[in-house]
Amino acid sequence: MLEKALTGSQRYWGWIISLLILIGVGFSFYLLQFTEGLKITGMGRDVSWGFYIAQFTFLVGVAASAVMVVLPYYLHNYKAFGRITILGEFLAVGAVSMCLLFIIVDLGQPIRLFNVLLHPTPNSILFWDMIVLNGYLFLNIVIGWVVLSAERNAVSPPSWVKPLIYLSIPWAVSIHTVTAYLYCGLPGRGFWLTAILAPRFLSSAFASGPAFLIILCLIIRRLTRFDPGREQIQTLAKIVTYAIILNGFFFLCEVFTAMYSHIPEHMHHFEYLFFGLEGHGILVPWMWASVLLAVLAIILLINPATRRSESVLAVACVAVFASTWIDKGLGLISGGFIPSPLGHVTEYWPTLPEALIALGVWGVGFLILTVLYKIAVSIKEEIGA
Amino acid sequence: MGVSRRNFLKIAGISLLGLGAKPAYDVFAGRDLPEFAQGEEAREAKRWAMVIDTRKCRDKDGCQDCILACHRAHNVPDVGNSRQEIKWIWTEPYENAFPNQEHEFLEETLKHRPVIVLCNHCDDPPCVRVCPTKATFKREDGIVMMDYHRCIGCRFCMAACPYGSRSFNWGDPRRAPKEKNPDFPTNPNFPTRTKGVVEKCNFCEERLVAGLLPACVEACKEKALIFGDLGNPDSDVRKVLRSHYTIRRKPGLGTGPAIYYIV
Repeated sequence: MLEKALTGSQRYWGWIISLLILIGVGFSFYLLQFTEGLKITGMGRDVSWGFYIAQFTFLVGVAASAVMVVLPYYLHNYKAFGRITILGEFLAVGAVSMCLLFIIVDLGQPIRLFNVLLHPTPNSILFWDMIVLNGYLFLNIVIGWVVLSAERNAVSPPSWVKPLIYLSIPWAVSIHTVTAYLYCGLPGRGFWLTAILAPRFLSSAFASGPAFLIILCLIIRRLTRFDPGREQIQTLAKIVTYAIILNGFFFLCEVFTAMYSHIPEHMHHFEYLFFGLEGHGILVPWMWASVLLAVLAIILLINPATRRSESVLAVACVAVFASTWIDKGLGLISGGFIPSPLGHVTEYWPTLPEALIALGVWGVGFLILTVLYKIAVSIKEEIGA
Repeated sequence: MGVSRRNFLKIAGISLLGLGAKPAYDVFAGRDLPEFAQGEEAREAKRWAMVIDTRKCRDKDGCQDCILACHRAHNVPDVGNSRQEIKWIWTEPYENAFPNQEHEFLEETLKHRPVIVLCNHCDDPPCVRVCPTKATFKREDGIVMMDYHRCIGCRFCMAACPYGSRSFNWGDPRRAPKEKNPDFPTNPNFPTRTKGVVEKCNFCEERLVAGLLPACVEACKEKALIFGDLGNPDSDVRKVLRSHYTIRRKPGLGTGPAIYYIV
């Protein structure tokens, strides 16, 4: 099937080449980071995780899109989603690949990466995160590939793949839960120290992942002869609607607990993010933009007339994606570190090399996604789906 | 009561060591350095701990003795960038060392009093709990240690430490600006680190095995730092703890710091 990715239009190759350029730029800056160390980033002793770990956290969420199509199709026998499960699974593959790369580019000693396997430490959540992320990557590659091959040959998928598919459903939940546990089990970080963190990761994941999937479906319909289907897109839209509302609710639960209890260690982080602290407030406009985008998205999604219009739906999905990206990809990590446990306010903003390395990783993810989608869509076109 | 062969050898050995140490002792004797309490075995302890008498600290007069001694003993360079600096022991204003224990009407002297802070060598260290490679670990005697060769630089421990006690080598410490570190490495007997690993106070375990007090304790002319074994009721730390009211940083987190403060 891989040969399908080797033939394509000029536009396809143009896109591939632009991604390769992006990856090349990112990689050359990574070589700089590899020789100079992480000092070329904006991180420091107070904000010791930054843009890389934030992107990783956000993309774990995007990988959720798979379970939101797999679960209705396989557990509820919702036939319409059979058409797009492969898109969800391959999106998960691209997203989880980026997650793993973002962890690697964040390491101070990447060549010692395998120490995590040489000295397995089950009391470290990072150990479990390695297991769930790699497991999820493996499950989605195998399931996606096997089911797509069967579809191409017009036979039903082999029976051994069924248990893997069922396993992939709780596994998807586990990647968000474990990723949230990285943060919410740390004693001195009031912003993360909340039991709602894992549920909120899940809700924002089930909003951002399917929203991105809708955008991809609309692009596929425009660029190829394969139509993911209007019903499929509308069902996904309803999932996004529930998830983004739930995410807003969970967020307000967090805000209430922190602000009403008035406990400084919990309150100061929200103050920093939304109003600024001690004259520092680089994220304030971003956080309010995130809130406004979420409100806009909820208005557009909750109203059936606007949700049913695919062009308005596309706007709503971009708003959901942008809102959740700001929330997790910018606010969550910086907000947890500022103020520091000693009460210092040291702001963080990624440097240009750091941003370009991150963009390079996004480039790798999109390259994987493009190649896998090219294969999937070519086969869908071939069998006349 | 007879003397067993084992004890005889022990005493004989220590006596011999004492003979050898005599000239060295003479050199330092005039300076009236702090020593391990009577009957305290310098090399081993059930639980190493420190009491910091903040009343005696003269940081406000510009004294940096403990900080310089530590950083020179452990080849901690000045990287020339406060955002990414490396420090094992330093001072914080009272309100930052003890957040939520400050108030508007705090005693004047306390308000402006610098507080020496360092790794707390916790009973239940969150940094050890989160490390994915066991590169940071707790010894039997309570010292929380770092294995610089195993650390992958994920900085999970830095996120976990509620005291900001951990530093990361954002760049190569051996390439720290020469003008700020003319004689780096300052201690050829202690390893320098590579870039990309975390480091922190090690309670001078390399000095303890040689029967010496930690560098900071030895350097403090005011004897504001008291070091010893919590497991020994006659140790200096136990004596001080018995006779003074002491507090620890963020006791509510359950980490069980081994650094006690007299304020």
